[in-house]
Amino acid sequence: MSILTYIAGWPLLAALALIVVPRNYRVIIRAIAVLATLISAVLAVKMFCQFIPGANGFQFEQQISWVESLGISYHVGVDGLNVGLILMGAIVAFAAALCSWEIQTREKEFYILLLVMTGGILGAFASLDLFFFYFLHELALVPTFIMIGVWGRGEKKNYATFQITLYLSIGALIALIGLIALYLQSGANTFDIPKIIEHAKTNPLAVNAQNFIFPLLLFGFGILVSLWPFHSWAPLGYGVAPSPTAMLHAGVLKKFGLYGLIRIALPLLPQAAQSWAHVIAWLCVGNILYVGWVAMRQKDLNLLIGNSSVAHMGFIFLGIASLNLIGVTGAVLIMVAHGFLAALTFALSGYIYKQTGTLQISELGGLCRKLPFIGTALLMAAMAGCGLPGFANFWGEATVFFGAWKMFPAITVIALWGALVIGGIYMTRAIRNILHGPLPEKWDLLSDASNVWRKLPYALLLVSLLVFGFVPKLLTEKINPDAQKIVTMVMSQGSTAAPAVVISAPLTSSVLADVASAKAPAAGALPETVSIGNRQLAIENK
Amino acid sequence: MLEISVIGLGLVLLLADLFVPAERRRFVGYAAIVALGVLLVTSLSGNGSCGQFGTAFGGMFVNDALSLFFKQLFIVAVILVLFMAAEFSDKLAEGSVAEYYSLIIFALAGMLFAASSNDFTMLFVSIELITITFYVLVSFQRSKLQSLEAGVKYLILGALSSSFMVFGIALIWGTTGELNFDNLSHFLAQNPEVATSQLFLLGVLLVLVGLGFKIAAFPFQIWAPDVYQGAPTPTTAFLAIGSKAAGFVLLLRVLFTAVPSVTAHWANLLIVISAITILYGNLCAIPQRNLKRLLGYSSIAQAGYLLLGVAALSASGQSALLYYLAGYVFTVMAALFVVTLVMRQLPTEDIGGLAGLNQRSPLLAATLTIAMVSLAGIPPLAGFFGKFLLLKAVIETAQATGNHGYYWLAFIALAGVIISLYYYFGVIRAIYWSKQPADLSPIELSSPARLSIWVCLVGIFWIGIFPNTLLNITNLAAVALGR
Repeated sequence: MSILTYIAGWPLLAALALIVVPRNYRVIIRAIAVLATLISAVLAVKMFCQFIPGANGFQFEQQISWVESLGISYHVGVDGLNVGLILMGAIVAFAAALCSWEIQTREKEFYILLLVMTGGILGAFASLDLFFFYFLHELALVPTFIMIGVWGRGEKKNYATFQITLYLSIGALIALIGLIALYLQSGANTFDIPKIIEHAKTNPLAVNAQNFIFPLLLFGFGILVSLWPFHSWAPLGYGVAPSPTAMLHAGVLKKFGLYGLIRIALPLLPQAAQSWAHVIAWLCVGNILYVGWVAMRQKDLNLLIGNSSVAHMGFIFLGIASLNLIGVTGAVLIMVAHGFLAALTFALSGYIYKQTGTLQISELGGLCRKLPFIGTALLMAAMAGCGLPGFANFWGEATVFFGAWKMFPAITVIALWGALVIGGIYMTRAIRNILHGPLPEKWDLLSDASNVWRKLPYALLLVSLLVFGFVPKLLTEKINPDAQKIVTMVMSQGSTAAPAVVISAPLTSSVLADVASAKAPAAGALPETVSIGNRQLAIENK
Repeated sequence: MLEISVIGLGLVLLLADLFVPAERRRFVGYAAIVALGVLLVTSLSGNGSCGQFGTAFGGMFVNDALSLFFKQLFIVAVILVLFMAAEFSDKLAEGSVAEYYSLIIFALAGMLFAASSNDFTMLFVSIELITITFYVLVSFQRSKLQSLEAGVKYLILGALSSSFMVFGIALIWGTTGELNFDNLSHFLAQNPEVATSQLFLLGVLLVLVGLGFKIAAFPFQIWAPDVYQGAPTPTTAFLAIGSKAAGFVLLLRVLFTAVPSVTAHWANLLIVISAITILYGNLCAIPQRNLKRLLGYSSIAQAGYLLLGVAALSASGQSALLYYLAGYVFTVMAALFVVTLVMRQLPTEDIGGLAGLNQRSPLLAATLTIAMVSLAGIPPLAGFFGKFLLLKAVIETAQATGNHGYYWLAFIALAGVIISLYYYFGVIRAIYWSKQPADLSPIELSSPARLSIWVCLVGIFWIGIFPNTLLNITNLAAVALGR
């Protein structure tokens, strides 16, 4: 049995176990959920450490035939593209399970759904079979709707549930048609992704079929990832969702569509990917600029975070659209980094909501005095969101911009502006209004995260952000070789390859070296922020 | 032979009515279930069983993988229906329970004949045997006005569609002189000019009208919601599964064995019928408050999904149809079983009656939830894999033929799935999140009821998670059809 089976299997097994636990044993229910996600997280860390960068093919593979007549098999394995995502998913799931103390009603059902969601999404990322890839994602998606519908907050709950269900179901089903069409068109008569790719190397898909399937996948997955202009479900949905759900969905589940584009659409539909690249690039301007502007106008913290999370998706799409090694590597890097970041911010806003009962920015203020730990964590999360060096997001965004520059200089300029200026404005403004300034009297009774267990999820996510912020090599050395394979496949079959892209190939290694060497001074350049954070952490831990 | 033993069983049940005291009639049902179980096992193997393939009565009667699949499906469905009828027996008129059982068994005999029919005479006789017993089964609650009304509606529309069908058969015989499916397809192959004659095509169309009535496809779906609502719940279940499946096996035989050359030209007609059936069923289900009526509309939509497999005009489409049907049996049974048990004491089957079900009986609440989720087509349940196969078959045909109508069909099917999420989840919401449940008394489950619910649940999960075995069987059956 592969370690991946255990990583995805434990939460599902725990969900089954919870069915038989009586509902009044609250502590036991919670303990089972936390323990199962903890085991997954530990196993994921172990797998991440054992992963050999640049090894040929997939690692920790396991394959069990499922439906012979259709060529469906249970096939899991990791390479550089998904190893980081699985690690991130498992850690976020553990943090989400820890944060679930805010759920006070129908806990049993909530934990069952949370565990199903965790197992489904980790399995989907590990899956190397088209059918299971989709199947497990859908398994994770449905609990999201139920959790938002039942444990959601605010008056717009029903509307938001309805909207998110509709959008995401449509997205998933469009992608399903695309995947089925891909399976049939490939002619390999198997759902096994490596085999289809192998088959496609010798028998590439016809260009008109590619041009038909690619948009299905792009918009199907795009809806799932809140690609502009299909993003409107996201801010509202996250605003209403209970925070563990928002953490898991915004952090992990949403990356499924992007991962699908990189893993499936790029290598199998190379020509279509090239002809659609500029469309993706322009759409992502919508994400970065338009949604960024929308975020500036938000008066509710959760809506602001939700919009900023949508805006961040734009960078990932830009990285994918650049279709070169640096861009794709950067895209995967942001996927991992944003997973930690989104989970962290939603966890923090959930804490503030639980304490104050509101997230209206105008009603909050001066919270840093009453909530020093939470406040500091929120400050650091906001800094990471602006793309400050020292956090993992910086590396992702920087590499994406390096990669995209060669393909789309104009768009990159806009995106840079959106990332640095707009992101900076709304993040710092929110921080100022929430954490600083006079403390309204009604918040005198607020209490900070009181014990280690309460602090653990936030600390864990922050540490992960910082670790990958200081040592991005941990990820890039793993992503690089496999991103290279994907890019080679796209380019080798590209009849319409732009000259700029061809030139980019020899440049990639040198630029990466630049990025890597820039790491050291950048990390040293901001000692204050980091040390403040660390000191704060140290104080809190006493 | 299987059919003879089934008819014998029906007669024995009818006689048993005379000798068994009224208070023990419930056990007559269990005896029938045991007998059917024995028949199910013997039908799989042994001499003279329907596992032996071949034809009989001058080619009127055929035993192949397809008929074997359907016969097993029918027997399993009837066993579950009998369990349900045993639970429902106290709502039926005094002393008529055994009669009800024997009618179900007679309808089963009709379905078994339908599964094997290879001739238009056989087709008509088996369909009449099914339909006429259903007239009685639908209006069995003689004291209940709704049940009688449903029976009358079913009778009028059923008789009308039967007459259409007879007329169609007459036209086919008049133009070709053949009634046997195999002979007819040979005749058409040798005389292609007949296959395009208006009169002959009209005949085929009229036969399809009759079959369309059985499966409740648009535009012959009007009766379904009324009859589903008014009929006693076990009859509703039997109607939704047995009658529909019988309609589909005959449809497959007629379209792909008797007149394959005509069918090939009717792809667009089938696409349109399938698409409208899906949309009609799903859209009309949205405002329904009566659970059985909602399931009636949902069954129209499901017929539309099943028609995807017919419209695909390929072996993989037929195989997907059979697969979906197998999952559908357990799903609908599970849903209607819960309706039977929960609504037993209530005057109507309003969705509000489900309030607080998760406190009254967690098993029933979970069962109904799983059934709804499976009908909506969400993994890992039976409905998902079935819909996946159907969609795959449709897209496969789209790519093979280049007919863009199939892509539209796939998108409409998906739109239907999304619409259906709304009302299926409405039922789930009524179970778990109703405002103030009036009655919180726990629901007592008899052990046979518990057993059959578990059977349904295991079936739903098994078909959803381990598709391999069943898919091999349905593939074989589809191959047999295309021989």
